[in-house]
Amino acid sequence: MVSQVAKPMAADPREQIMRFAPAILLAIVLLAAPLVLSDFRTNLLGKILTFGILALSLDLIWGYAGMLSLGHSVFFGLGAYSFAMYLKLEASAGGLPDFMFWSGLKELPFFWVPFQHVWIALPMVVIIPGVLAGAIGYLVFRSRITGVYFALITQAFALIVSILFIGQQPYTGGTNGLTNLTSVFGHSIYNPSTQLALYFISVGVLIAAYLLCVGIVSSPFGRLLVAIRDDENRVRFSGYDPALIKTAVYCVSAALAGIGGALFAPQVGIVSPTMMGIVPSIEVAVWVAVGGRGTLIGAIIGAVIVNYAKTLLSESFPDIWTYFLGALFIGSVLLFPRGIIGLLRREGWRWPDWIKVARGRTATLGSITSGIWGGIK
Amino acid sequence: MAFFKKIFKIPGVALATLAMALLFAAAACGGSDSDAASATAVPSSGSSAGDTIKVGVLHSLSGTMAISETAVRDATLLAIEEINAAGGVLGKQLVPVVEDGASDWPTFAEKAQKLIQSDKVSVVFGGWTSASRKAMLPVFEGLNGLLFYPVQYEGLETSPNIFYTGATTNQQIVPAVEYLLEQGKTRFFLLGSDYVFPRTSNLIINAQLKAAGLEAVGEEYTPLGHVEYSTVINKITAANPDVVFSTLNGDSNVALFKQLKDAGISASDFPVISVSVAEEEIRGIGAENIVDHLVAWNYYQTTDTPQNEAFVAAYKAKYGNDRVTDDPIEAGYFGVYLWAAAAEKAKSTSVADVKAAAPGIQFNAPGGVVTINGANQHVSKTVRVGKVRSDGQIDEIWSSNGPVEPDPYLETYEWASQFHR
Repeated sequence: MVSQVAKPMAADPREQIMRFAPAILLAIVLLAAPLVLSDFRTNLLGKILTFGILALSLDLIWGYAGMLSLGHSVFFGLGAYSFAMYLKLEASAGGLPDFMFWSGLKELPFFWVPFQHVWIALPMVVIIPGVLAGAIGYLVFRSRITGVYFALITQAFALIVSILFIGQQPYTGGTNGLTNLTSVFGHSIYNPSTQLALYFISVGVLIAAYLLCVGIVSSPFGRLLVAIRDDENRVRFSGYDPALIKTAVYCVSAALAGIGGALFAPQVGIVSPTMMGIVPSIEVAVWVAVGGRGTLIGAIIGAVIVNYAKTLLSESFPDIWTYFLGALFIGSVLLFPRGIIGLLRREGWRWPDWIKVARGRTATLGSITSGIWGGIK
Repeated sequence: MAFFKKIFKIPGVALATLAMALLFAAAACGGSDSDAASATAVPSSGSSAGDTIKVGVLHSLSGTMAISETAVRDATLLAIEEINAAGGVLGKQLVPVVEDGASDWPTFAEKAQKLIQSDKVSVVFGGWTSASRKAMLPVFEGLNGLLFYPVQYEGLETSPNIFYTGATTNQQIVPAVEYLLEQGKTRFFLLGSDYVFPRTSNLIINAQLKAAGLEAVGEEYTPLGHVEYSTVINKITAANPDVVFSTLNGDSNVALFKQLKDAGISASDFPVISVSVAEEEIRGIGAENIVDHLVAWNYYQTTDTPQNEAFVAAYKAKYGNDRVTDDPIEAGYFGVYLWAAAAEKAKSTSVADVKAAAPGIQFNAPGGVVTINGANQHVSKTVRVGKVRSDGQIDEIWSSNGPVEPDPYLETYEWASQFHR
C-alpha cells in the first residue's frame, strides 16, 4: 500500500488548502463550539477531545508505522491515573484517601508521596507511559515481533495492567478507581468556568498534538516510519535500526496518549481501571478506522463522531443503543473502508463521487450477502 | 505541503498554539465569576414548571450489571406509574427520563451530569454497585442534585445529596453475624469478591469477631467474574469452618454453589450465608445448588404483608409471571414513594425543600414500615435472615421484629470505634 504521505506533494496551493481544510474547519468549529453548546455539552465535548488525542496517538503508530496497538488505552489510563493521584490527594486535603482507609492502610504508600506535588505529577503523565512503552517496545521490536503478534502482545498488556489495577485496591482504588476528584488547582471541577477552561486547554493540546504529529510524519523520520511499515527488512538492510525507530515513535505515541488521559481525569472527575481494559483499547482502533487510518485528522474526526454518536444514541434509545452503534461500525467499515477522510482525500469534495462509491460498495455488499445467503440455503 | 512545512519550521508553533489556548482558558476562568455565581444558584432547583415533573432513572441497561439493574429500573418505573395513576406529585405527572449507565463508572458520572444539567430532573433514582455510587456522588454534590440509591452497601458514607434506601452494615451484615454467633457458630470463613464492598464488610466482621473473642479461620478474595473455585473450596474445607460468610457478587456465585455441590458439600456440612444473593440471583444459580443455604436481607418475595401481596401482584402483572421480586427491587420501588411523600410535604420539588421535609417521612413498604432518618439520610428497616427453599424462594428464619435504625458509621457499637467519624 502506498501511503498518502509518500506520494510526491502537489505544489498547487489550492490543493494544499483543500488538504488541510478539514483540520482548519475542525479547529474553528471546536473553538466556537462553547458559544452554541450548553455547559454540559461543552464539558462532554472536552472529554471527547481527550479521546481525540488518544486516537491521534494510535494513528501515528498504526497509520504510519503499521503497528496496531490493541492496548493503547493503557497509556491513556496511566496518564489519567498519574494526574488523578495528584487530584485525589488535593481532594483529600492532607488526609489519607478514602479508599486506602477502608482497605486498611494506615499511611500513604511511598510511591504516592511524590504525587502530592504537581510539578512531579505533571511530568509523570508523560514519563510513566513513555518509559513503559520504551521498555516494552524495545523488547518487542528487538525480537522483530510485528503485525498481528504485536497486536496480541499489546492486548495481553492491556489485560494485565487492568487486572493489576483492579487487584491492588489499597494502592489504586481497585474496581472503583480514583473517585471524588472534586477540584483542580483549587477550582471546583463542577464550576462551569473551570470546565470551560479545561475545554480550551483540551482544544489547545489537541491542536498542538496534531501539529506535532504532522511534523513527525512529514519529516525524514516520518518517511522512515512509512518505509518500515511498507518493507521493514529493506530499511534494515539500508543501515537503519528499525527497532530503535519503532521504539522511539511508540514512546512518543504513548506519551501523547498519557497527556490525553491527564486531561480526561479532571473533566470527568473519576478514573477507573475499566477504561484501560481490552474493549476500550479496541474501541480506539475503531475510532481511527472510522475516521480514516493514516490521515491524522481522520483519527480525531473519528473519535469525535463515534463518541458523540454513542452519547446521543444512548440518550435517545437507552435500551437498544448498542445495536445502532454496532450497525454504525459495520456500515462504515463496509462502505468506507478507508474511513471518512480516506474517502474525502481519494474522491475529493465532489458529493456525487461519494455517492457513486457508496453505491458501488452497496452493490458489492448486496452480491456478497446474496452469495452468503445462497450458501446458507 | 511546502506551505505547511514552512509554517512548521517556525520553532514552537505548537507551543504558541498551546499558549493561545491557555490564554483563552485564563480568560474563561477570570472573566466568569458572575457566571459561576449565577450557575451555582440556579441549577437543579427542579423543573416543576408546567404540569409535569421530570425524574431521572439511571441504571445499567447494558453490560455485566444489566441483569440485576434492569429489574430495579422496572420497579422504579412501576412506582412512578402508580403515583401518576393516583394523581401524581403536587398534582403534576412524573415524567421518567431513563438513562443507561452501561456498567461503566465514568458513564454513570456523565449520565448523572446530563440528567441534572441538561434535563434538570428533580431527583434521580439509580445505581447499584458501590463503584457507580462513588462515581456519581461528587456529581450530585457538585451540581446539587438528589440521588435515591436502592442497594445495600458497605456503609461508612453519608452525602447531603444522597438518600440510601438499601441497608447499611448494621441493618444486614452486623445483625447477620450476631445471629450466627447466637446460633453457636465460632469458626467463620470470609469469602468475597475483590472490591470495596467485600473488603470493607470483612474489615467490619473481623472487628466484630474480635470483640466476641474470636478470629476468622480464613479470608479469601477472588476477582469479580471469577468462576474457578476448586482451590478456594479446598482452602475452606481445610480450615474446617462452621459457616462461610460470602460477600461474592455476580456470576461468581453461580460457580461457587455449583462447585460446592459437586464437591459433595451441602448446607448440613457448613452453611454459606450470602449478602449479595437474592431471589433474582437464585434463578441463575439454580435453587437445587443453593437449597438450605442462608441469606441476609431486609425483604423477601415471601415477606408476609398486605403491601407486599399487592406489590408482587402488580410487578408480575406488568412484567410477566416468571419475574421475581427481591430486596433491591423493593428498595427501588419504595424510594420513589418516599421522595414523592417528601415533595408533597415540602410542597416543592427543589432539592433543599425536599431534603428539609424528608426527616421522619414514613412509608408502608412491601417489607414493612420504612422511615427516613434525618441525621444520615438512610432509612430504618427490618432485618431478616432467610433460608433458601427448593423452589428458589426464601423462608424467613429470623427477623429483628421491627425496623432497625440506620447507623452507617457503626457509632452505636463500641467494638467499631475505628470506623467512627
